[in-house]
Amino acid sequence: MDLRYGPEYEVFRRELREFLTGWPLSGDEAALPQAEQERIFRGRGIDAGYVYRETPEAYGGSGQPSDPLRDRILQEEYGRAGAPGNSLFQGPAMLVPTLLELGSEEQKQRFIPPTLRGEMSWCQGYSEPGSGSDLASLQASARLEGDDWVLNGQKVWTSNADSADWMFGLFRSEPEASKHAGISYLLIPMKQEGIRVRPLRQLSGAAEFFEVFFDDARTPAENIVGQRGEGWQVSRSTLKHERNLIGNPRMISDQFDRLLALAREAQVGGRPALSDAGVRRRLAEIEGFVRACETSNLRMLSASIRGEEMQVMLPMMMTKLYSTDVTQMIWKLAYDLLGTAGLTDCEWAPNYARDSTPPAVVQNYLFSLGPAIAGGASNIQRNIIGERGLGLPRDPRPPS
Amino acid sequence: MHFGLSEEQALLQETLRGFIEAECPPTRLREIFDEGAAHDSALWKGLAEIGLPGLCVPESEGGAGLGALELALCCEELGAGALPGPLLFHGLATLALREGGAAAQRERWLPALASGERVASIALEGVGGSIDDAAGRPALDAAALTGVARHVPFAEVADLFVVALMDGGLAVVERDAQGLVVEAESGIDRTRPLGTLHFDATPAERLETGAEAFDVVRDAALCALAADAFGAAWALVRMTVEYAKTRQQFGRPIAEFQSVKHQLADMATAIELSRGLYWYAAYACDHIKAEASQQAALAKAHIGDQAVEIARQAVELHGGLGFTWECDVQIWFKRALFDRAFLGTPDEHRDRAAALGGY
Ligand SMILES: Cc1cc2nc3c(=O)[nH]c(=O)nc-3n(C[C@H](O)[C@H](O)[C@H](O)COP(=O)(O)OP(=O)(O)OC[C@H]3O[C@@H](n4cnc5c(N)ncnc54)[C@H](O)[C@@H]3O)c2cc1C
Repeated sequence: MDLRYGPEYEVFRRELREFLTGWPLSGDEAALPQAEQERIFRGRGIDAGYVYRETPEAYGGSGQPSDPLRDRILQEEYGRAGAPGNSLFQGPAMLVPTLLELGSEEQKQRFIPPTLRGEMSWCQGYSEPGSGSDLASLQASARLEGDDWVLNGQKVWTSNADSADWMFGLFRSEPEASKHAGISYLLIPMKQEGIRVRPLRQLSGAAEFFEVFFDDARTPAENIVGQRGEGWQVSRSTLKHERNLIGNPRMISDQFDRLLALAREAQVGGRPALSDAGVRRRLAEIEGFVRACETSNLRMLSASIRGEEMQVMLPMMMTKLYSTDVTQMIWKLAYDLLGTAGLTDCEWAPNYARDSTPPAVVQNYLFSLGPAIAGGASNIQRNIIGERGLGLPRDPRPPS
Repeated sequence: MHFGLSEEQALLQETLRGFIEAECPPTRLREIFDEGAAHDSALWKGLAEIGLPGLCVPESEGGAGLGALELALCCEELGAGALPGPLLFHGLATLALREGGAAAQRERWLPALASGERVASIALEGVGGSIDDAAGRPALDAAALTGVARHVPFAEVADLFVVALMDGGLAVVERDAQGLVVEAESGIDRTRPLGTLHFDATPAERLETGAEAFDVVRDAALCALAADAFGAAWALVRMTVEYAKTRQQFGRPIAEFQSVKHQLADMATAIELSRGLYWYAAYACDHIKAEASQQAALAKAHIGDQAVEIARQAVELHGGLGFTWECDVQIWFKRALFDRAFLGTPDEHRDRAAALGGY
């Protein structure tokens, strides 16, 4: 065990910090719209070798050799600076790694560069009204007609479907085949006649996910990732990246730091919250869970650097269940610290990711319930841990 | 940068695990537990043969020269096997002598402790009932110690005690010193009996840099207890998994009921993901002094809580059998209760962690 990064990495960190003093932008650039500023700074990060590090230059990344330690330093320092690094949107975070692993050369060249530049946005079309946890039962269909796939059916809970240019989705293309073997992974342009997107209002009041209806929608035959009927395996690759995203320990640490900052400002019974023994204990209790997330991540990182992933299979299975629970603990306490200001509605908290106003806290609290459902609900994680991790009997399954 | 065990550290754990499996299997453990004779000299001798009493003793005094992390790694195995015996406390006492003793003091006491010829224990708690409450501790006047130390592990067995003092320092008292009366306590964990030490102008020797050593020993102790609780909790999860696979109700193993499976998944997750807490805290004791006290407090509080909660569920999942004296679950349940309460409850350490963390 040795937690020193060593001189090479200290130099890397120093140079990175220097680079990050360029955020927020200054001068004329500071007047540009937020999204444009982020695009500019992300572009500079790519040129400097800090953003999309491992994606080859030919596809618009930095083309650097894989180095999980540098990745970790980047996460820490970008987090500290609040600067836009790797985008966490579905396209760059989930589709691009999947294409790099399983896409054809043409698909990589066509889709990856504009996606990384933020010029092509994506949504994930997996869940359907009748198929959530039991995703492989999905019914939306794809039929090959001439040079096109013709799509029918419905997707639901699709985040960002209104703004997305494209969808990566799962469709039943082989109705005769068994449940898992009949699915294909398709890339579909969203702006077309046969696709209708309807907002679904979330419990936070905002509409960030949607229903998507397909009525003879089309996508060219070549927009399939992997072979026909291999969509299930392809989707497992995406899912891996989604769970890593949801279980990101840096996010948990940042949230805990926000909780501490909120507690510094809050009052309990007319006195500073931090002078209240109950609040202090709850904070320290939560810090225990946060440290558990951080140190587990460090352990998995070390194992993967040494090619010893087999030794950390169990914690890897457990991370999503655990960290989504910890997220809820953090925001539950933040919510409690509001006292009766927790009666405030949150619809008007567009800057919830930064602000510490009551509506922003309420919004974060409500949002904290989502990750435990998205990307494999907690009970599904418990099944995986119990069955694959502890060797307990599998749930009875209907014959497929 | 590597947050994982070295080959030597993994081997250390394996060796101790193998020793416990061979020398103190559940049948032997049960005998010792029921007899209440937790110091088994044959076991101690066996541990001495693999060098464990000298783990934290410098090589110059005949030990292995290792630190709080290796001690904690051993404690994980001790907890997993619920091994009766004073090794954890002996290790802490040697750490106190190493950190706080002058050269002459180290040379005088450490070699016999390294070889296991003599057994040492720690007496960190006075009558105040809290680890940082110095006012309740015994006082050293010139070389005479007066006062009371409570909850001293293996008080009736140890040849030597490292005693925390009212003025913040540490002193060493020999077992046969005049005016020392040892009174057995009725302890909940029969694998680790406790006693009270009464000092009445008892000859004692102050450790040269005892005040600094106290912090080191306290933090290492919290890590060691967290690690012991960690090992005990995992042992309970494993036992309960095995039981659930074999116990039949409604014509099938109870593990087939999803609520049982999910309960076990939660138990395993709660404990497995807290492994890094004790690793990190113990590593900090050895290498990142500024973080050691807070991380050790968090680890002790967190794992102490988790282990007792896991033990509670293990009892429940064993049904009526789990509620019996006969069922081995109680041995680890009580082990976890000891680790949780000894040297301070989770609440107490969370209060300390909050202060140390600058909340
Ligand atoms: C914020 C948010 C964003 C989302 N974004 C997207 C997106 O962009 N694209 C997309 O495709 N989907 C998205 N989803 C949908 C998400 O993937 C599904 O909600 C999830 O997979 C669960 O499916 P379901 O909603 O049908 O719940 P169900 O599968 O009906 O589950 C309901 C409850 O039953 C439990 N349950 C189900 N099966 C079992 C079982 N075998 N054993 C025990 N318990 C079980 C579940 O744990 C859950 O608690 C999003 C969801 C949320 C909350």
